[in-house]
Formats: sequence, structure tokens, C-alpha cells
Amino acid sequence: MNWHSWQEFLYMGGYALYVWGSFAVTAILVAGEILLLRLHRKKALELALNTVKYGKVKNDENEA
Amino acid sequence: MINRFNKYRYASPATFYRLAGRLIPWFYGAAALFCVAGLYIGLFLAPTDFQQSEAYRIIFIHVPAAWMSMFIYVVMACWAALGLAFNTRMSFMMASALAPTGAMLTFVSLWTGALWGKPTWGAWWVWDARLTSELILFFLYLGFMALQSAIDDPRRADRAGALIALVGVVNVPIIYFSVRWWNTLHQGASVSMTKAPSMASIMLVGMLVMALAAWMYTIAAALSRARCIILERERNAQWVAQMLEAEA
Amino acid sequence: MNMSQTVMVLLRRELMLAMRRRGDVLTVLFFFVIVASLFPLGVGPDPKLLRLMGGGVVWVSALLAAMLSLGRLFASDYADGTLEQLILTPTPPVVWITGKILAHWLVSGVPLILVAPVLGVQFGLSNEALGVLVFSLLLGTPVLSLIGAIGAALTLGLRGGGVLVSLLVLPLYIPVLIFGAGAVDGAMSGLGSEAHLSLLGGILILAFMLTPWAVSAALRISIE
Repeated sequence: MNWHSWQEFLYMGGYALYVWGSFAVTAILVAGEILLLRLHRKKALELALNTVKYGKVKNDENEA
Repeated sequence: MINRFNKYRYASPATFYRLAGRLIPWFYGAAALFCVAGLYIGLFLAPTDFQQSEAYRIIFIHVPAAWMSMFIYVVMACWAALGLAFNTRMSFMMASALAPTGAMLTFVSLWTGALWGKPTWGAWWVWDARLTSELILFFLYLGFMALQSAIDDPRRADRAGALIALVGVVNVPIIYFSVRWWNTLHQGASVSMTKAPSMASIMLVGMLVMALAAWMYTIAAALSRARCIILERERNAQWVAQMLEAEA
Repeated sequence: MNMSQTVMVLLRRELMLAMRRRGDVLTVLFFFVIVASLFPLGVGPDPKLLRLMGGGVVWVSALLAAMLSLGRLFASDYADGTLEQLILTPTPPVVWITGKILAHWLVSGVPLILVAPVLGVQFGLSNEALGVLVFSLLLGTPVLSLIGAIGAALTLGLRGGGVLVSLLVLPLYIPVLIFGAGAVDGAMSGLGSEAHLSLLGGILILAFMLTPWAVSAALRISIE
């Protein structure tokens, strides 16, 4: 173990901005992608449900 | 509807949809596990670097992201080639499903490269051969996605995207070579990011584990995006109706 | 009609059309000159700096001008149905596509090469560098037309096609830019430009052999 305290860990030898800046942005981007995927899935399911319920919806460019 | 695809059972969107649905949680789980293990190795076990102090810990994200971003482009081109050769719709969908994740990881590697470069080289951005090639790779991803989103007809979008992905993958080695050539002429040998002389083996292990995490995450994200694309495109198909009724 | 005849007929037709629409050719040429002239205004008139930048600036301007001219390559033939007729002819698509690209280069690439020395003089390039600039453009601009044709074929009839082409094609132009501008740089600094020029020639041969096939596939995708 390299660190003697949490402060030291968070301080990252003075490079906190760079190290945590990288890790935080990566975490945000990954979380954002997962969130977008969920939204996409919800929309796609809704679209499919509507199609099943009401038949071919208007503005439908897909011939399947 | 399904009978037509019996020959390529796993190439059928219906089969793929179910199979992917079962696999996705496992890949997300594996990604989380590898990520925790990799971060533990990278942040707690790996020793402080002699020259770069703690700033080097960025490479535990930067290098796996850069590896994956290049790997994903090649995989995307392989799916594109498969699609064009055998006319399997699933291959095209996999190619489009991979692109956004690849672009995201390319951006991550650029961002972390800049944050690593500032304390190490004293500049946010250096026109180093690797960084420049990564930037161009980002443009290639953006071009692929922009082309696909500009085309309304899914069949044409699939094929046009596949062709530009193949053209891109043929060009990537040429671009990389030319950028390296340009770089050596203009500023001498560049500082290498990954080839730190004091690279301890525990650091390499940490990077590899993080790369595995990125790999598993990419598979999970691409599979779930492919599922969304299938639902959108096949919403008029019989099996979608049956599946949705069974679930309701 | 054999293949070379087809190509000749096609070339004559394209050149005649270009003569009728001289405005289009001149627009691209003026664009090239204006972009190159903007750089000194942006970075200042220091002759030392301009001499250093000259080759790169002329090459970047040539890249942008070549990209601007891509819209003309297939669009009007696509709009009036000529393209579909061409696809139906027994001539292999690769042959007439090569002819069309050649015509496009004659109309939009060659004028750039002829004007480039004037721009080079404005940037204070040496005589030797001017020669290398012309020669590098001679080798490089056909590649721009060849690669650009893929982008033009894929974006046929799309909304926002012009901007899309730039996003698709400019990253692929980078090696040409590097070797072309590098050759001029080599001549200016006395390091020699043979290596750059031979690499540029290699790219030209590769592009000439491969891109017509890609363009033919792209046209089939876009027209189907």
C-alpha cells in the first residue's frame, strides 16, 4: 500500500487535478453512455409497442 | 419470417436479440469486476513512478482506452466487410453499434492524453505522432456516424457506412505512417507514453486488467445498442409482436 | 465501342460541359487563391515566417479547393439520370469512373497546379521549391480527386452533402498533405525532397489502382 492517509491519496502527490480529472471525465462519459443506451432502449421499445398496437405507424421508412 | 434465416441462425436478428439479452448482464458484470480490480491495482498496489510521481496513474485509463479505440475500429471494419460480403443485416448493425462506443473511448484517450501531457510535457497538447493519429481516428469515427445518420434508408446507410469504414481501415496504416514520418522530421524523436523505462510489471498488469474491463464494457454496450437498432428496424416483424405480447 | 473510345468520348463530354460552365472552374480557382492569400493577413507579413509556411499553406488551400469541387463530380449526372445510364452500359464501371475522375482532375486540379507557382512566389519560395511545389501538386492532386470521388459517390443526393463530404474526405487527405507540404519543406531547407515525392508517387499508384473500385461500389450503394 502506497498511501498513509486518505488526504494523501486524494492529493495524488500534487497531481490531483490531472489524475482525478481523467478518472472523473471517463466515469462521466461511461455513465452517460449507459444512460443514453437506456433512453435509446426505452424509445425503441415504445416505438415497437406502438407499431404492434396500431400497425404501421405514419412516417415509417422501414419496410422490414 | 424466421424460416428465411435458418441457414444463418445466429445471423438472424430474432435469435441475436434473445441471445444478446441474456449475455449483456454478464458482460457488464465482468466489466465492473475487472474495473474494480484494475483500479485497485492501479491506484493502490502500483508504486509511485520515479520520474512522473503520481501523474503516471492516468495511463491506467489512457492506454486501455487508446488500445480499445483502435481495436474497435478494426472490429467495426471486419463486421462491415462481413456485411458487404455475405449481405447479413446483423453484421451491419454490429458495425453501427460499435461506432459510438469507439468514438467515446477515442475521446477518453485524447482527454486523458492531454491531462497526462500537461504535467509531463508541460503542454496540454503536443503534436506527437500518437496523439495526432488518435485525433484523426476520432475524425474517422465521426465521419462514419455522420454519414450513417444523414441517410434515411437503412439499407443504404448500412452499406455506405460499411464502405467508408473499410476505406478508413485501409487508410489507417498509411495515415499512421505519414504522421510518424512528419513528426520525426519536425521535432525529433517523440517522447513515448507507454515505454517508460521504469515500467514495473505490476503497472503492466494493472493496464491489462483495465483493458479487459474496457473490452467487456465495449461488448456489453455494443450488444445493447445493437438490440435497440434491431427493435427499431424489425418492429414490423412477427417475432417482435410475439415477444412483446409474451412480455405484456 | 472499345474501352479507350468510351473514356475518350466521356472525357470530351466532361470537358465540353466544363467549358460551358466556366464559372464553376473559376470559382474553385479563386477560392484557392483567396484562402492562400488570407494566411499572410492572419499571421503577419514577416517574410521569414511566410517562407517557412508557404508550402504548407498552398497545400492546405489546394486540399480545401479540391474538396469544394467534389460536389460537381457526380451530382449533375445523378440529377439528370446520366449516371444510371452509364451504369447500364456494358463498359465496366471502373473504366468510365476512372475517366470521369480524370476529367474532374483536368478541370479542377490542373488549374490549381498552374496558379500555385504565383502563390509560391508571394510566400517567397525559392525557385527550386517552386519546382518541387508544382511537381508535388502534379502527383498529389490526382489523389485528391480519386479519394474525393469515394466521398462524393457516398453522399450523392444527401441533405448537407457538402459538409458531410469534408468530414469523410479530409481525414483521408492527410497523408497527401504531409508528403506534399513535406516535399516543399525539404526543398526549402536543403534536406531534399526525393523521399517525399516518391512516397507521394506511391500513394498515387495505390489510389489509382484501388479507388475506382471503391467508387464503383459506392455508386451502386447510392443509386440502388
